[in-house]
Formats: sequence, C-alpha cells, structure tokens
Amino acid sequence: MKQSAVNGKVPISLVINKVRHELDVEPWVTLLDLVREQLQCTGTKKGCDQGQCGACTVLIDGQRINSCLVLAVTRDGAEITTIEGLADGADLHPLQTAFIEHDAFQCGYCTPGQICSAAGLLREGRAHTRAEIREYMSGNLCRCGAYTNIADAIEDVLRQRVSTKEAAE
Amino acid sequence: MSSAEMLHVGRPISRVDGRLKVTGQAKYAAEYPAADLLHGCVVSSTIAAGRIIRLHTDRARAMPGVVEIFTHENSGKAARQDEDWRDDIAPPGHPLRPLHSDRIQFDGQPIALVIAESVEAARDAAALVRAECAIEPHCTQLEAKRSQAYVPPEKRSGIPPPSDPRGEPEQAFAQAPIKFSREYRVHAEHHNPMEMFASTCVFEPGGKLTIYDKTQGSQNVQSYVASVFGLKPANVRVINHYVGGAFGSGLRPQPQLFLAVMASLALKRSVRVALTRTQMFYLGYRPDTFHTVSLASDHQGTLLSIMHDAVAETSQYEDYQEALVNWSGLMYRCDNVKLSYQLAKLNKATPCDMRAPGAANGVTVLECAMDELAHELDIDPLELRKLNFASMDGNTGKQFTSKALDACYREGAAAFGWSGRRREPRAMRDGHELIGWGVSTGTWEAFLQTASARARLTDDCKLEVSTAASDIGPGTWTILTQIGADALGLPLEAVSARIGDSTLPASPVEGGSWTAASNGSAVQAACEAVKHTLFKRAQRMANSPLADASFEHIEVKSGGIGRKDDPRRSLSIAEVMHAADLTEIVEDGQASADPEQAKRYVSYTNSAVFAEVRVDEELGIVRVARIVCATAAGRILNPKTARSQILGGVVMGIGMALHEEAMIDHRLGKIMNHNFAEYHVPAHADVDDIEVIFVDEHDDKVSPLGVKGLGEIGIVGTAAAVANAIFHATGKRVRDFPITIDKLLAA
Ligand code: FES
Ligand code: FES
Repeated sequence: MKQSAVNGKVPISLVINKVRHELDVEPWVTLLDLVREQLQCTGTKKGCDQGQCGACTVLIDGQRINSCLVLAVTRDGAEITTIEGLADGADLHPLQTAFIEHDAFQCGYCTPGQICSAAGLLREGRAHTRAEIREYMSGNLCRCGAYTNIADAIEDVLRQRVSTKEAAE
Repeated sequence: MSSAEMLHVGRPISRVDGRLKVTGQAKYAAEYPAADLLHGCVVSSTIAAGRIIRLHTDRARAMPGVVEIFTHENSGKAARQDEDWRDDIAPPGHPLRPLHSDRIQFDGQPIALVIAESVEAARDAAALVRAECAIEPHCTQLEAKRSQAYVPPEKRSGIPPPSDPRGEPEQAFAQAPIKFSREYRVHAEHHNPMEMFASTCVFEPGGKLTIYDKTQGSQNVQSYVASVFGLKPANVRVINHYVGGAFGSGLRPQPQLFLAVMASLALKRSVRVALTRTQMFYLGYRPDTFHTVSLASDHQGTLLSIMHDAVAETSQYEDYQEALVNWSGLMYRCDNVKLSYQLAKLNKATPCDMRAPGAANGVTVLECAMDELAHELDIDPLELRKLNFASMDGNTGKQFTSKALDACYREGAAAFGWSGRRREPRAMRDGHELIGWGVSTGTWEAFLQTASARARLTDDCKLEVSTAASDIGPGTWTILTQIGADALGLPLEAVSARIGDSTLPASPVEGGSWTAASNGSAVQAACEAVKHTLFKRAQRMANSPLADASFEHIEVKSGGIGRKDDPRRSLSIAEVMHAADLTEIVEDGQASADPEQAKRYVSYTNSAVFAEVRVDEELGIVRVARIVCATAAGRILNPKTARSQILGGVVMGIGMALHEEAMIDHRLGKIMNHNFAEYHVPAHADVDDIEVIFVDEHDDKVSPLGVKGLGEIGIVGTAAAVANAIFHATGKRVRDFPITIDKLLAA
C-alpha cells in the first residue's frame, strides 16, 4: 500500500458511479463512511455498521458487498456502483421500477441495499425460484416487512430477463 | 366526497415518493450536510445501577480531531423542572435527562458525549472514555419484582386504565362447567427500525436551529427542544421528511436529540449525533409482560367469565403504561369480566410504545386462551369466536361505529380454506413436517385526533396540501396527495404534499394508526374551504353563471368550477382568481373528534388472521408457510400502500411469535443480544406467503373520510394465530413468547 506523507492518509483512486475520484483516505475509513460522509453520497444506508443488515450493500466490480465491512483503502482501483448509479440517466433500472410498482418498501431505508443486493443476485445468476430469491436475499433485512413485495419485484425482473434472453436465442 | 367523485382515493396508486426512495435521493436525519459539521458519539453506561465516581476522558481528549467531551459535569444549562422535559407522549414520572447527574439507572444510559471533527475520531475517542463507578444493586428480572407490582398511581394521558369489573366474574368462574387459568408471558421486544436514530442540528449564526431529527412528530420535538433549552419555539425548526421506520420508537424525543442540541448550543456549531445499533436497544422497547388469563364457558362455548391480570415492567424513573388487558373486556360478549394491570420497576430504560402497544401482546394471550378453550370444548376455534361475537363494547357499554369482523371471519376462512381443517392436533403431516392451522382475532382502536392542514391552490391549477404529519413508512405523502387531488378534481401530478416540518399546520405525532384519518380529514377540510372561497369568488363575478347556484350544486374539476347538473355553466379556476385579482387561494382546515358522538360510540379496526405452520418434528424448527389476514378498517384510501401496512404488521407478528426477545444477563443487568445477529428480526427466508384481504366496511362516523387506520392492526393477532397453529401441528402448547426451538422441544 502506498502511504502519503500527510497525516498518514493513503491516496487511492476509485471509480464511483462511473466517475473517477482521486482520494486521500485514512486507513480506518470504511467505504460506507467514505461515500456517505466524505462524498455526500447518502443513498447508501447505514443500518448497523456491523455487517448484519445489508442496508449498506453496494456493488464492487459488480459484486454485492456490505460496504460497512470494507476499508476503503483496500479497494484502490475498484469500480463501485451505489444506488445513485444504477439508473441510466432518467431511465430507472428495471429493479427500481419493479420496486415502485410492487410497493417493495415502506420507509425506504433498506431499499437501496435491497436493490443493489438484488442487482448483484441477478448478475450471480443463481436464483431461479422464489425460494432461492428469499434465501439469497436474506442478508438484507427490512424491518418494515416488505419481503413478499421485494420478492415479487425481483421475481418480476428475473422473469423479464429470462424471457428477453429466450427471445434473443 | 362520494365514491363517484373519487378518481384517486381508493385506487392502488404507487407511492409519490417512490422514485426518491429507489434512487437514494430521499434524505434521512443523518444525511443532511452542514458547513463545519461536528460529529458526536455517545458513551453509554455499562452498569445497570450506581453512581459515576469519575469519568476518565484524558486519552479520548488527546485523540486528534476531538473537540469536546461532555459529561454530567459540563453538560450545560437545561431546564430544571420535570414539566419542561415532558413531551406530548411522556408517561408520568421523571423524564430522562441525559448527562444530568452522576446517577445511573440502567445499562446503556448515556453518560458522555464525544464531539469530534469526523465520525471516526468521535467513535474511536468514545471507546477510550472510561467510567469509574460505584455499583449499586440492580434488578432487571420481572419475575423477581412481580410480587411488588403496583397499580400506577398516576394514569398516562390517552391510555384508558382497565375498566371496573362487571358482573360476578369469580363466582361465575367457580360455577362454570368448563374453565381454566393459564399463565402466559410475552418477552420484551425492540423496535429496531432500520435507520439508526440521529439528529443533525444545524446552528445558524444568531442562534436559530434547524434540526433534522428521526422522529414521528416534528412539533413534539420542537416544543421539547424549546422548553428544555429555554428557546423561543420560532427559533427551532424540526424537519423529518423521511423517517427510516420507527414503529413507536420515534414518538418521544430520544437522547441523541438532546445531546446534539446541547453540543450545538455550547459550541455554536452544527452537530450531528447518530446512535449505534447497540445503543438503539436502550431507547425503549415493548415491555416484558406476565399474564394470567382465566376463561370459563358453558358446554356449548358461551363465555361465562373472563379474567385477565397482567404485570408489566417499567423503568425506575417513569410509569410507562399501555392498554394491555382492556381488550379482554371488549373482544367477546361476556357479562362477567375482571381486568387488572400492574407495573414493576426494573433497572431498565422506560419502555416505549411499539406497534400496537398493549394489543400486540395483550390480545395475543387472550387469543391463545380462546384456542385453549376451543380445544377443551372440542369445537372449532373459529366457531367459538363467532359464537361469542360482541356487538357492543362491554367495557364502556357503547356501540361500535361499525364492526365487519364477521366478514373478516368469513372471507378470511374462505381464502385460507379453513373448512378443510381437521380439528384434532397432529392430524396433518407432510414428510417430516407436522402441519398446523391456527386462527386469531385482532383488534385496535380507531382514533381521530385533532389535526390541521393547509391547502394552497394557485391560478395555474396546482395544489399544495400541507400538515406537520410524518411518514415513517405507511405512505402519508401518497394518501394526502390522493385526497387533495380528489377534493379539487385535479390530476395527481398537479398536487404536491408537504409534511415533515414543524413549521407546517399543527399535527399530532404519527402513531396509533390515526394519521390517515386525522391528517387526511384535515387536508380534505382545507381543500373544501378552498373550494368554498373559490365558489364565493366565482359568484361575485359579473354575470356569473353560478350566481344562483348553491355550494352543494357545484363541483371543482378539470381546472374549472361549475354546476354538477349543468357543466356548461362553469368558469375556469384561472378566470375566477384573476377576476378577484388573486394568484392563489390559501385556506386551513381542521379535523377533530366529535365529543357528542364519543358519548355513544367507540371505533375499532378488526381482523381475522389465519396461519399455517410447518414444524420439523425432530428439530423443532417452525416455518410460517402462509398467513391470511382479513381486515375491516373502514375506507381503504390506497389498497397498495394499505396492503403493505398489513404485510409489515404480519411480519412483525411472525417475529413476536417465533424470534424476537431481548436477552438479559440478570447478574450484570445487561442486554446481551443487542445487535441484528443475535436479536433476530424476520428475514426474507422467514417470510413466505401472506395474503391480505380488506373486507367492505362502510363507516360514516369513525372519521370524516370513513377511514380507520392500518398501522397497528396487522401485528395484532398474528402471533396468536401462529402459536395456535403450532399447537394444532404438534399438540404442544407453549405459553411463553417467542416460541423458540428450545421451548418447543422441551414442551
Ligand atoms: S450497515 Fe453494513 S450491514 Fe448493516
Ligand atoms: S422499507 Fe423500511 S426497512 Fe425496508
């Protein structure tokens, strides 16, 4: 790890939602606190700060991960997508649309984590049934209890993907 | 408004704030930026009772970035009288004053606040503060204090104490052919909203404060801050646009609020204090309760006597109270009823209303007892409930404004397939899993609180409706928009709601399921007043086509005002306003309960909950395979968000039935499972199929909108339905909630 001379901060470079950031970061700063506190990107939520709730889920190089458990300096060079980066301009990501349509949230606080986690899950390609969705989404707690609607939303997008794929084949 | 005029109300409209929430743009209390913001981290007590001898802060102070450390020795000026600390929701007693003295009354009590330039510095320095304490004896165990329980001498405002006994309950019990007394317990539960409590106090030169607080009532917080710190209310503005869940934990101002404001005033800088997940476990909780329920009936199942005695925990400093046993006197018809409710003081924080406070636990045990009675009588548990249907409130002798509970029983049973149930336990099985079906009734009071709202219609036909309500998740933003749109015949896009700001028209805290009825009716009244003014203005115009019309004959729609019977006789809103030299019409509206009606009527939301569980016979693992919840709640403003309310309540009910419980090491007086890994809230895998039914219920008395409210009812009855299903599956009766594997295997 390269260490800069000033204040023991470490220079890193992160691409966050397609924008490159050159940052000097203290080695004890988590990725979650970096985006929320230093970059004012507060879409990513803190629900426990202990890796137990999934509210802070982001995609690092496409993989879903609890950003409260990641020290930012360990991801120098990574490409990070947060909830703010999922939509394509004004066009929402299909999961975002499906979450609205199925009322897959109430207070909305777990929602960015749920959606990022679902995006990661779709990419993993291992959920084929509702039971599998429920199992693989179990790291994302929702105290408002929107689970059945969240599963509906994800199932919906999963089905759209399968049918577009079949149509393409 | 008749249903014919409602284009938006009653329709499953997606949340108007949905886009903000799915894109991460909705801002919560800890997410507002401020120049030169300081960060606070709370240091909590690690003993349950005693005195602070010394707080060692030197090492913490030496940490780079630390600005100040507040303790009881330098906590600054605050009000001296309990009165000034009492918020709208406070129970009788001495409200907690953080950092007030050296006295410690519960584990987790805030004892210091570290203020630093960064979150990390505050957090790391807080870990270095060491408290030297004189430990005193403590008690955190309800069973140990049960014999010293007392009837609270001062009643909590808004909470009816148990009604006086009626008939001859003891004698009827003694003479009845079928009877039993059972002991139940429902352990303490924690709200655990996903958003952690936080306050961002923005300090403006001149001393004005704007506080972004996680609260269910911006005005409750505003008046608390003003009175505790002796500030002019006009200098304190509280904003809570989005609240990441609360379930009651945000009804009262929480310690991080006091601490953030105190530090901000002392340092003359903006300060944010956010709690940790562990600290959230000390903000209040659903109290641990013991219940003795005695039921007696004749051989056919007609109830002859109901007795329900309960003991609940409270703190050393306040007498928290909820309506815990009252339900047992009103849910079923019975002439002989005796209810009692006592408190016992423990070294814990004061409990705090949690979703359906009193009913979620009180109704659960009554409904388990009803299931036991049905089993004793060998009759269908649903039939037993129907047989004892109460058509008036036995506690008060008043009529119900409506009660479509029979439809809930009927429609819920049909959707569930209840008629296919075999009565005897252990009769259904699928491989290694035993299957059981259980039922419960649920009920919650429907309140109408005094609330105000403002409606502002501009000449370009845009409407803004505002009230200082909160939206902790139920969809307040959305329903107020719908109500406004229908009241003035506008498309949804033309209407915006403003809530979550203490400067808006007066509103009660969001709780008790009363927001839709109260704030919704106030918005409707404000829009009606706008319509009235518009009509008056229209009549005054030269050659007005409405000159001879009366208010009842006119309608406002599609940007115009005209006669209902002759749409050609109309004027556009813009022309009416311009003729009167106006660019907008602003009017206020109010809603409040009718005291005359309250002398004769009471209002309740009712439900029937059906549950199917699958129990692994060897491992004791319980899965809730499906729930059908049929609810009678008057008019449903938005079936989509309404359904979500019920789903959320049901999920929390599953938690109450199977998972949720604070575990305390009584030797230390400490909660041991104060995190999400060890305090299990239901997760995706725990929640399978939930069907929500709203039965038709017309109620023109409960509120001007005919709405009863939905925030609580979903949880009431769910835990009992699950417990009764577990009995039906296994033949084992566990009377101690949550029904965990160990208890089930040992039963
Ligand atoms: S905040 Fe990261 S898992 Fe909870
Ligand atoms: S929507 Fe509130 S926690 Fe999931």
